[in-house]
Amino acid sequence: MAETQDALLIAGGDHVHRDDVGIKLGMWLFLFTELILFGGLFLVYAVYRYLHPQEFHLAAQELDALVGTINTILLLTSSLTVAMSITAIREGRKWLSIALVLVTIILALAFLGNKYFEWAHKFEHGIYPRSPLLLEMPPGEILYFGLYFVMTGIHALHVIIGMVVLGFSVRFLWTGVITEHSYVRLEAGALYWHLVDIIWIFLFPLFYLLH
Amino acid sequence: MAEPSVVDYLHAPSKHRGPLSWILSTDHKRIGILYLVTMSFFFSVAVFLGFLLRLELLTPGKTIVDPQIYNELFTLHGMIMIFLFIIPGLPAVFGNFMLPILIGAKDVSFPRLNLLSWWLFLSGGILAVVSLFLPGGPVDTGWTFYIPYSVRTNTTVIPAMTAAFILGFSSILTGINFITTIHRMRAPGMSWFRMPLFVWSLYATGWIQILATPILGITLLLVIIERLFGVGIFDPSLGGDPVLYQHLFWIYSHPAVYIMILPGMGVVSEIIPVFARRTIFGYKFIAFSSIAIAFFGSLVWAHHMFTVGMSDTGQFIFSLLTFLVSIPSAIKIFNWVATMYKGSIALEVPLLYVLAFIVQFSIGGFTGMMLGALSINIHVQDTAFVVGHFHYVMFGGAGFAAIAAIHYWFPKMFGKMYNKRQAIIGWALLTFGFQVLYFPMFVMGYKGMPRRYYDYLPQFQIYHQISTVGSWIVVLGLLIVLHNLITALRKGERAEMNPWGGVTLEWTVPSPPPVENFVTVPTVTTGAYDYSRYEKKA
Repeated sequence: MAETQDALLIAGGDHVHRDDVGIKLGMWLFLFTELILFGGLFLVYAVYRYLHPQEFHLAAQELDALVGTINTILLLTSSLTVAMSITAIREGRKWLSIALVLVTIILALAFLGNKYFEWAHKFEHGIYPRSPLLLEMPPGEILYFGLYFVMTGIHALHVIIGMVVLGFSVRFLWTGVITEHSYVRLEAGALYWHLVDIIWIFLFPLFYLLH
Repeated sequence: MAEPSVVDYLHAPSKHRGPLSWILSTDHKRIGILYLVTMSFFFSVAVFLGFLLRLELLTPGKTIVDPQIYNELFTLHGMIMIFLFIIPGLPAVFGNFMLPILIGAKDVSFPRLNLLSWWLFLSGGILAVVSLFLPGGPVDTGWTFYIPYSVRTNTTVIPAMTAAFILGFSSILTGINFITTIHRMRAPGMSWFRMPLFVWSLYATGWIQILATPILGITLLLVIIERLFGVGIFDPSLGGDPVLYQHLFWIYSHPAVYIMILPGMGVVSEIIPVFARRTIFGYKFIAFSSIAIAFFGSLVWAHHMFTVGMSDTGQFIFSLLTFLVSIPSAIKIFNWVATMYKGSIALEVPLLYVLAFIVQFSIGGFTGMMLGALSINIHVQDTAFVVGHFHYVMFGGAGFAAIAAIHYWFPKMFGKMYNKRQAIIGWALLTFGFQVLYFPMFVMGYKGMPRRYYDYLPQFQIYHQISTVGSWIVVLGLLIVLHNLITALRKGERAEMNPWGGVTLEWTVPSPPPVENFVTVPTVTTGAYDYSRYEKKA
């Protein structure tokens, strides 16, 4: 009894208090901030598309819709597998859950690989910020490619952050921090992954399909 | 009196030793004190920079520094005051310390995230300081980082912006933490309309932090990308629009002024009932007006940009919305004054600061309405009038509320009482010096003195001189306040549990509060300011 009393009095000790709803609420609030971060970018896109509709239209034809479609399929599938991993851990199937999160990470890697080749392809064609070819284009096309690099770049950064988050989920599943009775951390990680997915769902048509 | 078996948070045993037991503590009270100490440091630095600025403006032409240094001084004064003191100020210090106690909780929802917020705050602050000494020299763009100068200048814009980005992240995490705490951690019986009004103001502030700060984040990121890669998003030669930068900047930075003032209004709502011994008048109106300010405040940003050449319709709408924001603010003022009416008023130090707040905030508010009116705005855009208005609401409002809060909660936080006579002298000097310092800015601004100018015409000198003398009085007042509080820490008298006769929950726990705040979790049965209950007991 005296020991628990002491434990309670230690400043800086973890307060033993479990609130799954609270954790998810906090996660949702954080996702709002991420959405608004991209909201600023969508706003910039909307303004410049409104000012240069014709040039955006032409520039968009330079992008390969097939590459974008493959990446969309990859990300959507990865959202499915991460959702399945939650169902798996709920049923107590730890190894299946780990495998599903790992598949999610592999799909994310495939997405990034695809993105890498896409960017490299653009660079080879002389399209990159301040490239001589780009500077000869009309302003709307310069802005289109500028926004393409900025927005898909920041999105790719979020894919990487999401992979780190999922990596921790694997570790927590492995070490038994996430169990069938306490899987809110996995849910929070999956929520973040869905955010990465949904932002792509908006980027994809804005850059690849509107032409 | 404190029961001997309960250890207060200042002396609690910890698994870490010495300073580590503070900088690694997840106790919301210790984190509040960490913020208080770091923020007082940054505040002092910024006050000193402001003092130098005023000294430079004592005479036309060069008085003490060169133009370049002058530009750096006003940029740093603004940056430090805004990003390191007044935006995080009240929520981070008093929100952290008091929020859980006020709603009867043991801590915030995410204590470790809370500590991370402080570490981010410290890292941002250190980065801002380090950027002063990097090659290129201190940033000289003004705290608004306006394009195109912020892309062209050779000063250390990227480190300074990264610092602001990190500080924004810290602010977001605090907002998330507070909102979750208010939703999830209230004690039994603490319904939404029994919460103290400071908690309501923190709730509204939290939402602005969450919804507005990311826009600043992406804006700063875009400018950094511009500087590094020259993508052209804000560069007219590549089709970009510099005015779009201003829109994005103010979409965050106007709501940010409500992040600064709302918690201050919350503090005023706490202090007035206690020293008037009356239940607050119009509780629900004050609570909802905080939410209304947060909402309308998000829709008025372009009133900072009436001269950029936007459409008449745009100007008209933003001007109208600006006037609408003044309604919830006025509701608060009327309710505070009505609370004091026929109250049993005790003119203690915290109330004195609050009275100064009400007068100064009203002056700042009215001049804000003048600025919101299109005809006057065009006339006084970018003059000292704007500087005067801004300092009346931010220093005279939020700043005074912060000093009121420290005088109100000091005995609770440290269990010591300061010298009240000295505190009143400090208050008198500060309040008097404040008017001398800032009121002349309205006059010279109206007569055409531009802001941020190094040199000026001789006819403005008398106003600059009065203002500079005011800055000396303000600094003297601040020194007395600081000296008084530090002396009280070392050898102040022991404070009672409830020195002011407050009825909110923080006054039911010992001073300083025990580690887990409450020995038994309280059950709340009445509203926050029920003085009828208090009088019956007496």
